[in-house]
Amino acid sequence: MIQQIDYFAIAAPLTLALVAGLVLLLDAFLPAGPRVTAGLGVATLAGVLAALAFVTAQAFSGRTMSTFCVPARLGAQPGLCSFVVDRFTLVLTGLVLLAAVVIVLMSMTELAGGGIPVGEWYFLLLCTLVGAVTLPAARDLIMLVVALELVSLPVFALTALKRYDGRASEAAVKLFLVSVVSTAVMLFGVSLLYGVGGTVFLSRLAAVLGGEAQAPGWPEGSSSLVAAEHGLPGVVTVGIVLVLAGFAFKIAAVPFHSWAADVYQGAPVPVAALLSVISKAAGFAGLILVLVVALPGQSATWAPVVAVVAALTMTAGNLLALRQRSAVRLLAWSSVAQSGYILAPLVVAIQTSGREAGAGAAGASVAYLVIYAAMNLGAFAVVMLVSRVAPRNVLDDYRGLALRRPAAGLSLAFCLICLAGLPPGLAGLFAKVVVFREIVEGGAAWLALVMAVNTVVGLCYYVGWTARLFTPEPGAAPAAPAVSRRHPAAWAATGLAVAAAVLFSLAPQLVLDMTLLSG
Amino acid sequence: MSGWLTVAMVAVPLLGALPLLVADDALRPVLRGYGMAVSGVTLALAAVMVASFDHGQPARPQFTVDLAWTPGLDLRFQLGVDGISLPLVALTALLVFLCFAYLGWGGGTAPGQLLHPGPGGVRPRALVFTLLVLEVGMIGTFLALDLLLFFVFFEIVLIPMYFLIAIWGGEGRRAAAVKFILYTLLGSVVMLLGLLLIWAQTGTLDIVELAGSHGAGMSRAVQVVAFVAVGLGLAVKTPMWPLHTWLPDAHTQAPTVGSVLLAGVLLKMGTYGFARIAIPILPEGAAAVAPWLGAFAVVGIVYGALACLAQRDLKRMIAYSSVGHMGFVLLGFATLSTAGVNGALFANVAHGLITGLLFFLAGAIKDRYHTADIPSLGGGLMARLPRLGAILTFAAIASLGLPGLAGFWGEMLALFGAFEPAAALPRGLFLVFMVIGGLGAVLTAAYFLVMLSRVTHGSPTAVTPGAPSGGPAASAGTASTAGGPDVLAGVASRAAGESVTGRLSATLPEPPDEQPVHPLPNSETPPGERSPHETPPYETPPRAGAAHRAELPDVQRHELVAWVPLIVLILLFGLWPQLLLALTTPAVQTLLGALS
Repeated sequence: MIQQIDYFAIAAPLTLALVAGLVLLLDAFLPAGPRVTAGLGVATLAGVLAALAFVTAQAFSGRTMSTFCVPARLGAQPGLCSFVVDRFTLVLTGLVLLAAVVIVLMSMTELAGGGIPVGEWYFLLLCTLVGAVTLPAARDLIMLVVALELVSLPVFALTALKRYDGRASEAAVKLFLVSVVSTAVMLFGVSLLYGVGGTVFLSRLAAVLGGEAQAPGWPEGSSSLVAAEHGLPGVVTVGIVLVLAGFAFKIAAVPFHSWAADVYQGAPVPVAALLSVISKAAGFAGLILVLVVALPGQSATWAPVVAVVAALTMTAGNLLALRQRSAVRLLAWSSVAQSGYILAPLVVAIQTSGREAGAGAAGASVAYLVIYAAMNLGAFAVVMLVSRVAPRNVLDDYRGLALRRPAAGLSLAFCLICLAGLPPGLAGLFAKVVVFREIVEGGAAWLALVMAVNTVVGLCYYVGWTARLFTPEPGAAPAAPAVSRRHPAAWAATGLAVAAAVLFSLAPQLVLDMTLLSG
Repeated sequence: MSGWLTVAMVAVPLLGALPLLVADDALRPVLRGYGMAVSGVTLALAAVMVASFDHGQPARPQFTVDLAWTPGLDLRFQLGVDGISLPLVALTALLVFLCFAYLGWGGGTAPGQLLHPGPGGVRPRALVFTLLVLEVGMIGTFLALDLLLFFVFFEIVLIPMYFLIAIWGGEGRRAAAVKFILYTLLGSVVMLLGLLLIWAQTGTLDIVELAGSHGAGMSRAVQVVAFVAVGLGLAVKTPMWPLHTWLPDAHTQAPTVGSVLLAGVLLKMGTYGFARIAIPILPEGAAAVAPWLGAFAVVGIVYGALACLAQRDLKRMIAYSSVGHMGFVLLGFATLSTAGVNGALFANVAHGLITGLLFFLAGAIKDRYHTADIPSLGGGLMARLPRLGAILTFAAIASLGLPGLAGFWGEMLALFGAFEPAAALPRGLFLVFMVIGGLGAVLTAAYFLVMLSRVTHGSPTAVTPGAPSGGPAASAGTASTAGGPDVLAGVASRAAGESVTGRLSATLPEPPDEQPVHPLPNSETPPGERSPHETPPYETPPRAGAAHRAELPDVQRHELVAWVPLIVLILLFGLWPQLLLALTTPAVQTLLGALS
């Protein structure tokens, strides 16, 4: 049987995969040296940009593309496809690729220091990107799991690439163990869902669990699962909870959050940024797909779980961030807290009435994710710059940064204020408003209150860090290391991320147009 | 009329702040003039606005603009001004300009003028930037006619004020700044939830439309919940007892201009929110919660007055007096009657003028004496610095509500409103509030008079606690009865220090008249032995006393420039209250439409 493949639809992951292979070959055959290092970076960057160009073209074509569909000859209903490029896919793919540009630029600076094998780095980075780009397009459980693994596996290696560094190795091992366990848990959940529903396609699964389609192997007399005597089997609940647990690992939600700080600190800064933005975006994409597309009818089962997890995640992240002295650890916990904010609208995803199920709330999550990506990457890029001269990278290294290096200091200050959600960081403020709006509309008042208090707790450490930027060491001459001007790539990364954050501050409608209209 | 004026009032300070970000060195020589120029243009625009405002229709929003900003959030860039907001906009523009004048007039080298590039890293450029951004937020809050836009402007002031306190503040500035921003943010996030609840129920964010529909479309329960949420946020900002605890620290630690703007404008943003959003949009909620609001308000009045009696620090005392005065404002709102709300709005403006002036004065005294501790000041201000003393007396008397000055009308109308509250409210309860509020007004008079007797009266150098002459003795007595052991300890330690080093000067008989005492010509005390905590700095060391005396100038030109407009306005509004009431009355009648 020959299947037609729409190559335009899969152009982005395909490009990335080809460039990954190319980079590995180039590294093997070209002599090692600084020019080759830079060249490989440029090749990677070009590959990401090419993929981005394809995504833009897909967005302008304006139609929903799907491929890897079940042929109609096999008697299935039309519309069962494994790979769908719709608005949701495009937004998240675009987000991942833009974040990838920033991370590749940061990598160039990191790799210029030597000590890390260049070809392997870019190869692994591109492999992660292939997974992250495929995942939002995946519409069946197998594709979902494979893509998620493709995102996770190369990151262990990336974390460990800083050889002879005990901290990095420890981080890699931790990440590996946590991730493998979560994959196992999720696979178990997925297999249970498959066992009950008899299908891997998300939309078909929703139909079966919703009682609209017949489950395979079910007695002919009773037309569906729901119509059976005792309703849905309890195994569905187990499956849902296990799948949720698996995703909770990926997005570092409570109670599976404890790996975040150690891994972020041990890994090279670009990898930490990758974990906090791309890996997280992929995790959320999968979670939204599973919850909203495959399990909308089961929201009574998962919504309370998600609500509690969201509340605990934001609280734990914020409280743990309060006590941090290291910049990267602080960002790690802060990104855990932000995960909680992103999760929150999903609680009311199905209750929100008046719109197509889940579109508004899921859109709010994605909008927050997009804005979060810009501001968090901006912060990481400046942290990257400071880490070049202050290897310990504690908060006190940032004292007076805004006076010594106004560009870096003001960029970081802006990103932190954005993360805190206060003007002039309007992007962060609007992101929070979008989330609050969905929660209040959905009637989850207690969650809104928890989030309100958390916003204040979060401000505590963000503003503390920001204040350090503007207050030099009392008495001490500026002997403390300043940010070097020498890293043009990292500066470009900072500029890109901050420009995006400023743009979102002035015209938040851009993000909302992309995300909220998908319903 | 077009809306360019409202947009310009927000845009001028914002655009004025931008060059400060980019042009580092180019603006440095003209920095003092620059701040004054930008805020002067804003003030001129405000004057144009006052002049061209259609005074025949003050209840209608004028100079309106309505542009879509973020349709996805229903957020519109909607500005306008009516009789309620016009005085506050003008007050804001005036106070900011006066702050810049205070900072930059004349040589710019006096102690309170932070714009001179000093050795301690004073950072004048950042100060001008901060103040201008602050002005954007303050004016924008009063102009916004969209709930979410109001919230955005409401939040804009947080970061600049935080830095104003945290960088240019006193010794405990970091903690005070953090306390300020966390408290206020907690309040405003809760307010955001309330605003979103209103939005979720009515589907619009347009304040004019919402106020016009008088809460239609929202059930009573929703209104009560929304009023409590919005009110909590506003009450933190106002501040209402018991949510006021950030205020004394912030005021005490903030630099003079920070205190002036904090008291003069930022607190008004809280009370303005009640008049603009909470009461007109949620009338049923307001009627349900008003007795509680009134109760907290009168507790605040009495608490503020009692706390003032116990204060040793001049700035802290004025800060607590703000709690009391804001209690009157809230009581006025709680009555939901035309007189009461009018009184609240009047007291709002009057408090902005008077307390602004008081904080300027407290800053001037602190700059001269290097302390604001009332016992350490030791009295005799009237003798030593007669003009400063006179203005302080004037401001204190205005603040305690002497008829004929601006402070009187607001309190009077608020109490009158409590005498005849809206029909929906329990009258007996509000009569009790009125009586307690009246008692509070008496206590207000008491603490201001005590403060005056301790600071302005008496002889300049008599600081020994046991001295028989009037002021200091009274001060020590009051302080020890009210302030508890730490006050006693402070007095005792100073007495100990006095007994070692300062006995000579302290025990000599003082001339009874109001002439400054000349320093003693002979003293064997080496200057180094004196600890600055134990003795007032102006007393050290007697040998250098003459030179030191020269550093204690009376009212200077930059201070006069900043203070005279405030004094004139206090007199003007005190003698001619109709000037303000004519603006607010029709607007108040409209906003109370459903209740009265």
